[in-house]
Amino acid sequence: MTPTYYLLLSAMLFSIGAVGVLVRRNAIVVFMCVELMLNAVNLTLVTFARINGQLDGQVMAFFVMVVAAAEVVVGLAIIMSIFRTRRSSSVDDANLLKY
Amino acid sequence: MSPLVTLLAQGVAETGGPVGLGEEIAFWVLGVVALSGALGMVFARNAVHSALFLVMTMLCLGALYMVQQAPFLGFVQIIVYTGAVMMLFLFVLMLVGRDSSDSVVEVLRGQRLAGAIFGLAFVVLLVGALANSLASVQAVGLGVANAPPIGNVGGIGRLVFTQYLFPFELTSALLITAALGAMLLAFSQSRNAAKKGQRATVEARLRGEHDRISPLPGPGVFATANSVATPALLPDGSIAPESLSALIESAPADEPELPSVDAHALTGAPAAGADTDSELTEETRR
Repeated sequence: MTPTYYLLLSAMLFSIGAVGVLVRRNAIVVFMCVELMLNAVNLTLVTFARINGQLDGQVMAFFVMVVAAAEVVVGLAIIMSIFRTRRSSSVDDANLLKY
Repeated sequence: MSPLVTLLAQGVAETGGPVGLGEEIAFWVLGVVALSGALGMVFARNAVHSALFLVMTMLCLGALYMVQQAPFLGFVQIIVYTGAVMMLFLFVLMLVGRDSSDSVVEVLRGQRLAGAIFGLAFVVLLVGALANSLASVQAVGLGVANAPPIGNVGGIGRLVFTQYLFPFELTSALLITAALGAMLLAFSQSRNAAKKGQRATVEARLRGEHDRISPLPGPGVFATANSVATPALLPDGSIAPESLSALIESAPADEPELPSVDAHALTGAPAAGADTDSELTEETRR
């Protein structure tokens, strides 16, 4: 077994997250799937840091975590304000720009 | 049990790149749990179950970071992701409503099937490419970078404060912007629903926008009872029905006994209906 297995696991997690974004209709669950994709990328970065023997990948994963935390705060606030006006958290109902 | 523990400890403590047996065991256990958690998150009908499955996956990923010589990131993953981010998700789920389950209606025809096919194709593509190109790669390992006098945390700190100093400063601007944006989005809604003042309420009442002009009568307060279940009495002694609280189911059983007061007696003139009283007064006059 080589560290490539971690990359394969990360690829599978990323694909599951992408399918979840495409398939699920609840905006909060879609957001959780995005978080799963970010985590999969973090696993890739940590694995490459180990393969290359440099800590740069871990620093990059650290930055990804910071950006993800900021993104979660703003995204959940947007979902909450959409829910207050439309009484729904489904991504199909937020179609005000459609026509 | 103890050989397994020693094997795991060897795998974690190993400084080089090659994968030990303990690490292999940890990978297969944690990887399977993480994958099943991700699948459960996508397929769970209830959003809270999805969040808990994702917590499981993130915990497994944190343990995998620690196994891969990234202890700092492993702890940050557990503290920030499962501790803060997922709890924020759960708070928002509780605010939005736990039973806000997904709609089963497919808006675009065949979208789920297309999504599943896309996911499978993506997995095949990524796994094939990675397995082909990186099958024989040998890991250098972080044994040198994580050497004891500095350690993992010290190495990351050195990189963050020298080579990646400018992105690190930008991170602070990003965090402040995110906090301001979240506050703006959270408070902008409450400003639109302006509160009605007292004068506006009175004018609306006089204009007839309410059911009645005056507020509802309060409960009656007597010397014998001060409970809100005591009804207010109308001038003729009957119970004012609007003063009865709808929340208090039991109608008052003990109606306060009032002496039959005759307002005309105060003026000295005999009342029309009060015959016995007037007779008594006439007898005393004689």
